[in-house]
Amino acid sequence: MEVSMTVNGREVSADVEPRTLLVHFIREDLRLTGTHVGCETGYCGACTVHLDGKAVKSCTMFAVQAQGAVIRTIEGMASNGELHPVQEGFWERHGLQCGFCTPGMIMSASALLDENDNPTESEIRHGIEGNLCRCTGYHNIVRAVEYAGAKMRGEEPPPPDWEEEQ
Amino acid sequence: MATKSALGGAVRRREDPALIRGVGSYVDDITPHGTAYVAFVRSPYAHAKVKSIDTSAAESAKGVFAIYTHDDVAHLGDLIAQVVVVKGRPLLAGEEVNHAGEAVAMVVAETTYEARDAADLIDVDYEPLKPVIDLKEAAADTTLVHEELETNVVVTWEAGPFGDEEGIAKTKQTIADAKERDDTVTVSIEAINQRLIPVPIEPRSVVAEWNEGYQRFRVHSSSQVAHALMGAIKTTFGLDANQVHVTAPEVGGGFGVKLNIYNDEILVCFAAQKLGRPVKWTETRREAPSSSIQGRGWVATATVTGTKDGEILGYELDALADMGAYEQNFTAAIPFLGLFVGSGQYKFPTHWKATCVFTNTMTTDAYRGAGRPEAAYYLERVIDAYAREIGVDPVEVRLKNFIEKFDDAVTSPIGFAIDTGDYATNLDKLVEVADYEALKAERDKAREEGRYLGVGVSSYCEVCGFAPTALSELGFSWSTYGLPAGFYGTGLVRVNPDASVTVITGTGPSGQGHETTWAQIVSDRLGIPIEKIRVIHGDTEESPMGIGTFGSRSLAVDGAASYDAAEKVAQKAKNIAAHLLEASADDIELDEDGGHVTGSPDSNASWDDIAAAAYLPHRLGESEIEGGLESHVIFDPPNATWPFGAHLAMVEVDIDTGDVKILKYITVDDCGNIINPMIVAGQLHGGVVQGIGQAMFEDAIYDADGNMLTGSLLDYPIPTASDVPMFDLNKTVTPSTCNSLGAKGIGEAGTIGSAQTIVNAVVDALSPLGVKHIDMPLRPKRVWAAIQEARG
Repeated sequence: MEVSMTVNGREVSADVEPRTLLVHFIREDLRLTGTHVGCETGYCGACTVHLDGKAVKSCTMFAVQAQGAVIRTIEGMASNGELHPVQEGFWERHGLQCGFCTPGMIMSASALLDENDNPTESEIRHGIEGNLCRCTGYHNIVRAVEYAGAKMRGEEPPPPDWEEEQ
Repeated sequence: MATKSALGGAVRRREDPALIRGVGSYVDDITPHGTAYVAFVRSPYAHAKVKSIDTSAAESAKGVFAIYTHDDVAHLGDLIAQVVVVKGRPLLAGEEVNHAGEAVAMVVAETTYEARDAADLIDVDYEPLKPVIDLKEAAADTTLVHEELETNVVVTWEAGPFGDEEGIAKTKQTIADAKERDDTVTVSIEAINQRLIPVPIEPRSVVAEWNEGYQRFRVHSSSQVAHALMGAIKTTFGLDANQVHVTAPEVGGGFGVKLNIYNDEILVCFAAQKLGRPVKWTETRREAPSSSIQGRGWVATATVTGTKDGEILGYELDALADMGAYEQNFTAAIPFLGLFVGSGQYKFPTHWKATCVFTNTMTTDAYRGAGRPEAAYYLERVIDAYAREIGVDPVEVRLKNFIEKFDDAVTSPIGFAIDTGDYATNLDKLVEVADYEALKAERDKAREEGRYLGVGVSSYCEVCGFAPTALSELGFSWSTYGLPAGFYGTGLVRVNPDASVTVITGTGPSGQGHETTWAQIVSDRLGIPIEKIRVIHGDTEESPMGIGTFGSRSLAVDGAASYDAAEKVAQKAKNIAAHLLEASADDIELDEDGGHVTGSPDSNASWDDIAAAAYLPHRLGESEIEGGLESHVIFDPPNATWPFGAHLAMVEVDIDTGDVKILKYITVDDCGNIINPMIVAGQLHGGVVQGIGQAMFEDAIYDADGNMLTGSLLDYPIPTASDVPMFDLNKTVTPSTCNSLGAKGIGEAGTIGSAQTIVNAVVDALSPLGVKHIDMPLRPKRVWAAIQEARG
């Protein structure tokens, strides 16, 4: 089946098997391997992308269901070499360790902040609970999202939990 | 920006820019041209005879290149394993399957979808046998996993102290005598330390190529132990070490799962060689409980005998540990790692025994902490039970029984020398920073209002960075992989001709930030900014023989080797600068700008000058300095390192629903000197949450027939962001004497310290109702049932 969509601002089309999952289309046909497969069942969220501005799990839909959609993946988050504030927050606040859940986590967190750029800790936790991380214990992911929210509001981010170097 | 900082600085991670942009390369992102894909046919039975396998329909299915069964690979032998191997795993099941999900056939096809389609067409005829799943039943040998072994018992580890039969007999007598005294009480709990599925978010993946002309394998695998995998492949296929190149690129979480050699890794190499094309297999989450090792799986009785005022006179542990159906890398050695810390940080006589037993389930092996969380769990739970029984505060009981502060190794009652420790100061600090008395008052006030708050405390002493290499005599080495190398550290530091620096370490991170920490370590010695330092890891061709990342060993062992190598390079750089400046090397100081004579910054040889002289050795003239500017150090530590700490949790239990909420979690951990506090905090956060996962949510359940009931993330809930609080981390610093950094490991400490802290807190919350013990995980239904039972 022919499928076409806009991915990270670029028009793409391909001939795919109808059963091809969107995440496999992104990873294998488009070779955008930043979107990860962690469970193929929609629980872990490593495959999260934006579809028409909303965070979706790309392992639970077929590529053909995204016909005509506007998709953004982790590779499309930085613009002109500048990191998205959420990417910057994850770096500045140690919001990642192995990095495997990180692209999906960043996509979910940025969708959350697009709706509410000043979430409480509880709202942040609720907003990312569909994305599993096994490394960080979420503490520093919450801090990363707080940092990004402050940046997006044009405010100074809160200081980190650890002592800065001398 | 030039970051000069070094030891102790919260340097932002050097690995992050690629990972946050989605351009880091994990194994499944690597797809050489012409790659074929693998799917496995797995047994639906836990124990059965394999009568026949019909592959005919699958052979003619679309896209299929090959199908392999046991007979095709039998000549390669079983999967190679380490340490007390009674029964290894066949690469593909032969006449018998011994756990549900055991691989029976392997399909290689043009796409993953086609491989899975064809696997569905393979018809295996099984004759079911009676499985044995329950540990106690297995230990009784009424049903055997492997008939020919005539027992399910693999080995029994016993200590008090270890390796001293006379000593053990004496300890047993001492404890028996204590029990006879009128002024003592004896308190026991029988508790389950349940099986866990490790769940790194990256499923395992391996891609292999064979070059018939060069006679070489090129393998990428999501492994914590690239060199060991190289050894297993070369030994299995009868090759030399230099014919197998293994790389572990970005590894998406390990936690011990990827500290193993797997049949799929060998089989993918086999298929690549047979088919003459790259072959890849990536695990699905559904098959992971059968394709990757699990952790824990103990049932034990822990007993404390002590006086009525809190002096413990003896501790006994009698445990059964589940090995699963086959042994892999360290399987039967994992309880032995628990034995190392069987008496914890305490001075009382200890008799400790763990019997390792086969069952018809997936193999168990190292999962974050590996034996030590189990050991700490039982010890710290029963001490709390004892404290409650005698009505003395559990903190006071611990303080009364700790080994006193020591700066020079002391031998624990279990028989191992601990490097350094100061347990009382550590626990005192927890009491202070948490304001323990105030929390208890808050709890008591809440109780008066009908709310069930609990305060749980535990402390731990763990062992990591296993060393010295003499432990190879106990089987701790990669010798069975054809690589007689013990658990040393390796570090190679090279200043390149352009004065950039390359560091090669023998371990490979799966999220621990080696690229940053190692750059700090080397920058500290050379003065060269970390931006100029690149750290290479997990590559068997680039790296001298390395051991890998496990047991919280990387920094204290391989990091220290890199630190020592950097020191040697620094010394040589000083010699070169001294030659160029016509000064004495003793007068040279190194910094970002190069080498200069102390007190005379203008008399300077830049790093460019020093590096150029090293690689244009005629510039070294008559100095007798050899060309090049690098050093490779093999570091064999005199002992493992022994971190410790104390954790406190405050919880609230809703007695109508059994729901547990963590209100506070406070730690004081001591991992010796810290290189990067940001990374250490991250390790603790993640480690503690894995312990909370065991305490509250996770449970790998097989039914009586051996079916895995918790094979999806819906049935096996790991903690989400909404399940855990923010953490309050604190530290004491007691440097190790076993390495030049004074560092101890921190990768597993959080997990080792946390599960019992939560359970102690919940039992404390419910103690007014008469609850004395609840087994993990503390899901609402189980907590509610315990409340009902206690209330009668």
